[in-house]
Amino acid sequence: MNPVVLCTVARMMAPVLLLFSLVLTVRGHDSPGGGFVGGLLATAAFTLLLVAQPEELVRRRPRVDPTRLAITGLLVALGSGLPALFLGRPFLTGLWAQVPLPGGGALKLGTPQLFDAGVYLLVLGTAMAFILGLLHGEEEEAREREG
Amino acid sequence: MTPPLLLTLPLLVCLGSAALAHLCPRRAWPRRGVALAAMLALTAVGLLLLVEVRRQGVLAVQLGEWAAPFGITLVADLLSALLVLIAGVMGLTVVLYSAATLAPELEAGAYYALVLVLVGGVCGGFLTGDLFNLFVWFEVMLGASFVLLALEAKQEQFEATLKYMTLSLVGSAVLLTAVGMLYGVAGTLNMADLATRLPGLERPGLVSTVAVLFLVAFSLKAGAFPLFFWLPASYHTPPVAVTTLFSALLTKVGVYALVRTFTLLFTQDVGLTHTVLLVMGGLTMVTGVLGAVAQYDVRRLLSFHIISQIGYLLAGLGLLTQEALAALIAFLVHYIFAKSALFLVSGATARASGTYDLQQMGNLYRSHPLLAALFFVPALSLAGVPPFSGFFAKLALIRAALRAEHWLIAGTAAGVGLLTLFSMMKIWREAFWKGHPQDPAAKQEAPSSVNVGWGVLGPCAALALVMGVLGLGARPLLELADAAAGQLLEPTGYIQAVLRRPP
Repeated sequence: MNPVVLCTVARMMAPVLLLFSLVLTVRGHDSPGGGFVGGLLATAAFTLLLVAQPEELVRRRPRVDPTRLAITGLLVALGSGLPALFLGRPFLTGLWAQVPLPGGGALKLGTPQLFDAGVYLLVLGTAMAFILGLLHGEEEEAREREG
Repeated sequence: MTPPLLLTLPLLVCLGSAALAHLCPRRAWPRRGVALAAMLALTAVGLLLLVEVRRQGVLAVQLGEWAAPFGITLVADLLSALLVLIAGVMGLTVVLYSAATLAPELEAGAYYALVLVLVGGVCGGFLTGDLFNLFVWFEVMLGASFVLLALEAKQEQFEATLKYMTLSLVGSAVLLTAVGMLYGVAGTLNMADLATRLPGLERPGLVSTVAVLFLVAFSLKAGAFPLFFWLPASYHTPPVAVTTLFSALLTKVGVYALVRTFTLLFTQDVGLTHTVLLVMGGLTMVTGVLGAVAQYDVRRLLSFHIISQIGYLLAGLGLLTQEALAALIAFLVHYIFAKSALFLVSGATARASGTYDLQQMGNLYRSHPLLAALFFVPALSLAGVPPFSGFFAKLALIRAALRAEHWLIAGTAAGVGLLTLFSMMKIWREAFWKGHPQDPAAKQEAPSSVNVGWGVLGPCAALALVMGVLGLGARPLLELADAAAGQLLEPTGYIQAVLRRPP
């Protein structure tokens, strides 16, 4: 296998995959898709980059701690259920609003989309934590101990 | 507070604060603070929930307003509400005890987040109205417990975790199989919906098969005979705070699940299922208490007593009369407090004497008189000596067995009570009464041994106080238990609360 080919393809494909993961997440409310699949696809994009790039590059790249990303996602998902509670309705009840757009049409915004975003981050963070742990577990551990 | 809020808050508080605790800086005190606040909140919400359920009857909420048989249902009857309250109290006690006893680097790590996830899973199990969700909450709870068990990364803990995990996963597989089969038979997993459909099914043999599968799965989680081996193999290895949490809550979710399913769902073939429960209960009592006789490690000894006490609960369920179920609930409450207090005291004695081995201990009565008193209360209570809470619970259970004319189980329960007393007296004699083995002169003068502070003694004292209150004021508890048992035996209120169309 030629790493140059892999590297080039990965660099081209990763943004496309990331974009598609967002598309999947957004359309997920009414059609197949959603935060879970979107998060997995985003993980695939990042994993492709990780595998393709030379190791020094990966190590140098500034990173978000995937565990924290996952926990933020969890809090976002839990938080998306709260507005309904404040209105005296059951937790996680979907609340929707129509935002009129210039030039006709309207944008449908609601708490389930927030929930999907939370799930997206949660899945991405959890899966990345697993993969990074498997790729260089010992390195991570050392970093944890120092921090 | 409105029912949607009251029923969701226990889960939100636990899971949300678990996330918050993990986002806190890696130091002991902020994480401890988050856990402490969460457990106080959970206790308060549990109390409000209990009061509200007592006033209004069974409360139910459908998450996301998806109607009952299809959506996620949370239900609280008196039993669930009472257990959520107890989970809060025990969580609070364990967090306080952890703060006084655990190594700071453990506290600064994932410890509190895991404790909160575990308590959240336990509350989810108590509140869910759906069998598949019950399975999910079991997994949440077990996932957290696996990590808590191995958190100190000692070799014996890994060995214990391996055994515990293997058997738990077998149990989970059986549970999932049972859930799948039941869905195939009845076409629903909502417990209220199942309760209305199961009696009309054409294949009662298949339902009994599924019932026995559930019995196997839940009794494994509860630590009942003959599937209790994971419990004494693992419970003595983690720090005492973790063991206390496990003994107070983990097996109890198994017992709760048994009580829920075998009062609400599987009452068609009582001759088979509840006779099996009775026999299992009797055997669990006896094997547990006999297993304890041979032990000299305090924590192992107490672990075997967990099993023995689970037997009483199964026997109460097997009798299936209102009196027996009320006794079961009172016993459950008493026994969670008594057993937790004993574990906490065992941690304190180990701090005072430097060992968990009874043969190496001694003379604690002279050096730590307060500790001796704090051991004496839960020990006598567990054995069922008046005036402590255990006496009334055990008496009610034996009386229910006599009323139902199950002489054998009544005799077994009384006999096992005596053996329990013997076991407790063994700890008393070895740890507190006899002279210290290495130091015969210590009998005359109290050695200035390790000081056990109020951080350790406080939680023990609080639990001893609870036991005294539950013993001297046993009537309100027994009345509450009786009302809860009434709800279990007459489930129309439960079913109506769940299946009602949302407003």
